[in-house]
Amino acid sequence: MKSKRMVSILTLLLLLAMSEAAFAADSSAIDSGDTTFIIIASALVMLMTPGLALFYGGMVRRKNVLSTFMQSFILIAVISVQWVLIGYTLAFGPDKGHLIGGLTWLGFNGVGMSPNPDYAGTIPHQIFAMFQLMFAIITPALITGSIAERMRFPAFLAFAVIWATFIYDPLAHWVWGVDGWIRNLGALDFAGGTVVHISSGVSGLIAALVLGKRKGYGKEPLLPHHLPMTVLGAALLWFGWFGFNAGSALSANGLATNAFVVTNTSAAAAAIAWMFAEWLHHGKPTVLGAASGAVAGLVAITPASGFVTPLAAIIIGLVGGVVCYLGVSVLKAKLGYDDSLDAFGCHGIGGTWGAIATGLFATTTINSGGADGLFYGNPALLKAQLISVVATYAFAAVGTVVILKVVALFTPLRVTTEEELTGLDLTMHGEEAYRDAVMTVSVSRGRLKERIADSKSVPVHIS
Amino acid sequence: MKKVEAIIRPAKLDEVKKALEMIGIWGMTVSQVVGCGTQKGHISVYRGQEYSIKLLDKIKIEIVVEDKFVEQVVNRICTAAKTGEIGDGKIFVYAVEKAIRIRTGESGEDAI
Repeated sequence: MKSKRMVSILTLLLLLAMSEAAFAADSSAIDSGDTTFIIIASALVMLMTPGLALFYGGMVRRKNVLSTFMQSFILIAVISVQWVLIGYTLAFGPDKGHLIGGLTWLGFNGVGMSPNPDYAGTIPHQIFAMFQLMFAIITPALITGSIAERMRFPAFLAFAVIWATFIYDPLAHWVWGVDGWIRNLGALDFAGGTVVHISSGVSGLIAALVLGKRKGYGKEPLLPHHLPMTVLGAALLWFGWFGFNAGSALSANGLATNAFVVTNTSAAAAAIAWMFAEWLHHGKPTVLGAASGAVAGLVAITPASGFVTPLAAIIIGLVGGVVCYLGVSVLKAKLGYDDSLDAFGCHGIGGTWGAIATGLFATTTINSGGADGLFYGNPALLKAQLISVVATYAFAAVGTVVILKVVALFTPLRVTTEEELTGLDLTMHGEEAYRDAVMTVSVSRGRLKERIADSKSVPVHIS
Repeated sequence: MKKVEAIIRPAKLDEVKKALEMIGIWGMTVSQVVGCGTQKGHISVYRGQEYSIKLLDKIKIEIVVEDKFVEQVVNRICTAAKTGEIGDGKIFVYAVEKAIRIRTGESGEDAI
């Protein structure tokens, strides 16, 4: 009975895939197991962005923790609206010149309850679009690690929306969209190594260079204010990453479980590798190092998670942990840029290693829809991976410079020295995360805006 | 009246308090402070960068007592706060000009 049903589903899928009438897909193609899995996976990936807020928030000074949280949290809201209006159709809409999606699905028009077999034949098109939304949210949020503690909120908001529209959406189309040029090239990126991690890491580095260093960088210690928060954030990222990578199978199947296995294995190997690297180098196995290593391992396995074996995942994780450690401790110190919370060090470098590792370790024994890598006798994949990496670096770097220059024409990018010294929580948001034991607030009446106008002191908002 | 100000190790606060309670000294002001002296600091490591922590956590106790108790108080604190290692802290004694109890308006030694 069961095999008969499988055969009939497969036949139906084949027919749907070949037919022009695919858009009128019969709802009987929907698999309830797959749909359940992707709804849950989407929610898991959503949780990664608050997890990232904790991860980053613990690493900034106490006067900037809310501004760091806000830069992640508000993107859940802003990108959700951008995605429905235009983001989704730019990324996944019918191809235009292999570069961008057409406007067919503007406003989610036509993104309905039937499957879109071009992307996922057994789940409603809507949930595919929402799953992809969660990736579109966390990618610009990752950039905030590079610009923490000094970017003005209005400039950040404008930058994030423009970046999502003109960098993320086209890039997602190149790599994942039907007929996107990197996808046609044969490059593999299972869950977003180039689209999510390289793009955010490189853009972060460029934004850090454009904004300049934080005051006192390299002279005063700008230390994390709450490491338990950072470790909890890393743990939530690890948890959500199961949805990110396993969910990218878009089906509750063996490929998803393999992605689950390699994701966990790589994170574990990289946490161990970073801890030992730092231990040997500085004499202490730090908790921040173990947490950062886990994230580096998750980043590194992301593009490879649908194509490699568990043993390859151990190597990818071990190398990823050490390479990212050297990136943040040696490379950053040597070059002297202020990538505040190491978005480039973890995501740019880890993503680059992951894309290369996919070209080395991918095997069709794991995924017949993928390709063999160099270690399985196919150097062509590695070449395609390198092209996709270089293209992503170039596009993200140039695009970020242009967007920041344009935004700077309308509003200053960076806070004033006074605002930076006071902290962004008070000066950008009118709030403080932690009140001192001595009560320094008194109740005052009148509207905030009026008081800003006639007072030089910074008003505080507590609801 | 004298003010006895003792800078001690945070871990010794409880012992010092108990030692003073045994001679009937209940009132004191305690603050968390940081400072440096002959004690060496720590090295902390964040993402492969080393930072030295030179200012160390200490506890400051302030007690105002009648002159005749000063020696006893100082001895008690010394005994209770001592480990014999560098970093045990210091005690300073100052003259106090006036003391007033806010609730009753009493002043002088009645107020302490």
